Amino acid sequence: MSGIILPGADGQLFQRDRAWHPAADTPGYKSTTFRAPRHSLLALGPTRSEMSGPTFGHETFGPLDNDLIRNYSQDGTDAIGQRMVVYGQVLDENARPVTNTLVEYWQANAGGRYRHKKEGYLAALDPNFGGFGRSLTDKNGFYSFRTVKPGAYPWPNGGNDWRPAHIHFSVFGHAFAQRLITQMYFEGDPMIWQCPIVATIPDKAAIDQLTARLDRHNTVPMDALTYRFDIVLRGRRSTMFENKLEGN
Amino acid sequence: MLHPTPTLKETPSQTAGPYVHIGMTPNFCEITGVCDVDLGLTMLADDTAGERITLTGRVIDGAGSPVGDAVIEIWQAQSDGTFAGPRTREQGHGFTGWGRQPTQPDGTYRFDTVKPGPVDGPNGRKQAPHVSLWIVARGINIGLQTRLYFADEAEANATDFVLNKIMDPRRRETLIARKDEGGRYVMDIVLQGEGETVFFDI
Ligand SMILES: [Fe+3]
Repeated sequence: MSGIILPGADGQLFQRDRAWHPAADTPGYKSTTFRAPRHSLLALGPTRSEMSGPTFGHETFGPLDNDLIRNYSQDGTDAIGQRMVVYGQVLDENARPVTNTLVEYWQANAGGRYRHKKEGYLAALDPNFGGFGRSLTDKNGFYSFRTVKPGAYPWPNGGNDWRPAHIHFSVFGHAFAQRLITQMYFEGDPMIWQCPIVATIPDKAAIDQLTARLDRHNTVPMDALTYRFDIVLRGRRSTMFENKLEGN
Repeated sequence: MLHPTPTLKETPSQTAGPYVHIGMTPNFCEITGVCDVDLGLTMLADDTAGERITLTGRVIDGAGSPVGDAVIEIWQAQSDGTFAGPRTREQGHGFTGWGRQPTQPDGTYRFDTVKPGPVDGPNGRKQAPHVSLWIVARGINIGLQTRLYFADEAEANATDFVLNKIMDPRRRETLIARKDEGGRYVMDIVLQGEGETVFFDI
């Protein structure tokens, strides 16, 4: 809940640049064939209903929520794989930090295998790896978590398609119209450029925005490599009024 | 008039993929012990004011098949037409206004909530009671945004500015939930083709 609306109009976000995002129907990614709407989207400026959104408090979170190396550990040992810290800042399009917002992430294990009953890949499950975690951004918009580097994996799309190593992200922002799901890739991975899901994004610069950078300076000595992944949510036009949207 | 432009580009969307339930409803897909309950599972508390209702329906693809691997989130006003916020939570009012549910293998979803009140709209007019929906799944490259309205609010629906943006009255009907024999509001979400739901660029 931002509690912020604009004068005149009932809240204004910058319009979403749909050409920067993937189109709905992308033949190279076959699952879109029957799931992409045929009608064009109906343009609707956000109203109070979309300019507000859910809030989450610290009471929701446990101490291991952002530690995928330990949060599913069955026997007290760490998950297997290359140890890694992922962190970044959630910003809006005006480069302002998005504070106190929920970031959720999920991924395959180091062998590229998900803990999911529909998963059919041969790679072994790690009994101590669940693959799920979450953070609330701090007062400067930063999140961080500890995990192992996910493996690449094959998937039934074109017969021999492989996903590059990636982590799925879900981010809320303060307005329901800011809601975003995306995937993070790793700097320098040659698998990025052969992936049909990456290729749903038309602009190379947009793909680059999904690529986490190795942050050599923040390596944890004798422990973990560190990657930085900043996330940008839709921002509001300037000149805002403070206003309480909530009841009571 | 000033037309400011953003300094950063929004992070591009990518599909939630086939394993979205790991990240968004982990307990539902048997990743237990990380968190006690899946977020958004319960919207109501004992003291939540308003008429208790159930929203349900099926998500269906362009081949008529159920979409059994989706996640739906809803966001709605309280019964008085205002939105829940941190202050309402601090005061112990349990209604969150936000729900998240996986679709079942047969494509059905279900939310237990309260009927929202009319929300302030543009030009000082009220919007008809409605629920905002956001749908993600494998094969959906960017989350789909739509709304659910109530068939028994015909008068308010007739003047709702969003519904009135939909020129084709048959398409407008795709956003209207009807009561079934059990008193539940039913609205199917058709991703593509015959009876395709109206989705918004918000
Ligand atoms: Fe994946």
